[in-house]
Amino acid sequence: MGIQTGEISSRKPGEYVRENYGREQYKKSSIKWAAGAEHISHRFGEKRVLQEVNFQVEEGETFGLLGPSGAGKTTLIRILTGQLKQTSGNVYLLETDTRRLSATQRRQVGIMMDCFGLYDRLSAYRNMAFYADIYRVPKSRIREILEQTGLWEARNCAVSRLSKGMKNRLSLARALMTDARILFLDEPTSGLDPATAKEIHGILEEQHKEGKTIFLTTHNMYEAEQLCDRVTLLSNGSIVEEGSPEGICRRYNHLNRLRITLRDGRQIVLDNGKASAMAVKEYLEEDQIVAIHSTEPNLESVFIELTGKGLE
Amino acid sequence: MHNIVAIFKRQIMDTLKNKETLIQFVMFPVLTLIMSRMIHVEGMPGNYFVNLFASMYIGMAPLTAMAAVMAEEKEKNTLRVLLLSNVKPYEYLMGVGGYVWTACMLGGLVICMAGGYDLGKSAVFMGILAVGFLVSILVGAVIGTWSRNQMMATSLTVPVMLLFAFLPMLSLFNDSIAKVARFTYSEQISRMLYHLEGGWQQAEGIGVVAGNLVLFAGLFAVAYRKCGLE
Repeated sequence: MGIQTGEISSRKPGEYVRENYGREQYKKSSIKWAAGAEHISHRFGEKRVLQEVNFQVEEGETFGLLGPSGAGKTTLIRILTGQLKQTSGNVYLLETDTRRLSATQRRQVGIMMDCFGLYDRLSAYRNMAFYADIYRVPKSRIREILEQTGLWEARNCAVSRLSKGMKNRLSLARALMTDARILFLDEPTSGLDPATAKEIHGILEEQHKEGKTIFLTTHNMYEAEQLCDRVTLLSNGSIVEEGSPEGICRRYNHLNRLRITLRDGRQIVLDNGKASAMAVKEYLEEDQIVAIHSTEPNLESVFIELTGKGLE
Repeated sequence: MHNIVAIFKRQIMDTLKNKETLIQFVMFPVLTLIMSRMIHVEGMPGNYFVNLFASMYIGMAPLTAMAAVMAEEKEKNTLRVLLLSNVKPYEYLMGVGGYVWTACMLGGLVICMAGGYDLGKSAVFMGILAVGFLVSILVGAVIGTWSRNQMMATSLTVPVMLLFAFLPMLSLFNDSIAKVARFTYSEQISRMLYHLEGGWQQAEGIGVVAGNLVLFAGLFAVAYRKCGLE
């Protein structure tokens, strides 16, 4: 029983948490779902890896699946992309059951896996030329995509001689080759230095601006906060929280206070409410404020609060 | 067909940069050229080295190449990416299998030329090689499908390869081995190569080779159902 229409009206009421979805342009009737999972459970032998996982990804949004190693992120992405058959539940992509995607629909799905899957002995260009052939994409697209990912200069280098960051970008370039509507990225910046990770974030932000749907798994909370419109926190195969990164952090802001740093070096903490307004106003008028921070937690703190363990 | 050709072309480019695979295709043809021209022993059957190395070539090169290519692709996840890119398993197998077969046929052509056969016998010789390569490719595909990585493929390939490549030679020296070896395709192919003008037990030979082909196709189906190509 796959979802065929892709409209929110086909969902059961209360099945899906949306109250923290902070997009103002959100209109129930016009939402198209790019991907979704309904009651997904999966076992490897006796070991339960996923349990009753439900979520939906709206077209054009960047959706993050956040969790520590072993939480079930890669298993879920493999199920979503049709590499693995789930033990129970339904998965759909582009409004079709994942395992029944047509060849045309498959071309609208770009996948960057946790492994590179590149031909080591061939050059970066040859690798891309081979996939251009497979995807039936014009050769001119290779230059376009290699330039976009900053690999054009290194096009003649054998993949075995490329750095890990360059291999990552090449793997991403392959996923972008067909100008796919939805991109699945499994830990796209795992093990990369901050500069390379930033370059990849830049590419993903460009894709997001072009209206592509991005589904990424990560255990990097900064990456999730920076890139994702919405995240799902996964722990031991179950979803423990879902919403926009800011929304989740706000929801777990139990202290709900403001921390103000003054010019004389003092730090004062005030309740985040009407009662503090006068005090803040006075400090502002006296030009004493250096910084104001809210005490809301980050995603990692929320994750620790919910599961008792960190994301790394 | 488009994907098969793309895989075929990519495999050629890859092999040109892969000395380990390249040497498997080149070694026996070169050995045949050298040995058949340099060693002449009185009483040695005509084209002894040509037939001997052709039999060994059939039992070794396609089998090891096919298993090695598949195992490497599995280990490096390139096969997983390919299958996610709309490439059907049969397209992949035909692309790689077609490439191994073609490369072996080119090597076989060199061996055939070393034999100095006339056109008719050359055609029969190449026809026999073509069938032998096909069965060996199937054996290699079974091993490649069964193997999770290159190390596993190597440990499975070596005994199987030794069995099929050396049985024809060993059966020349030992009747007991010959009685068992006659049920293998490599032995029957070897007998065919020694009797290009006919005179061998055609029905038995064709029956055994066809039987081996069906057997390995069955084993491949089992391996594919059990392990898939990922």
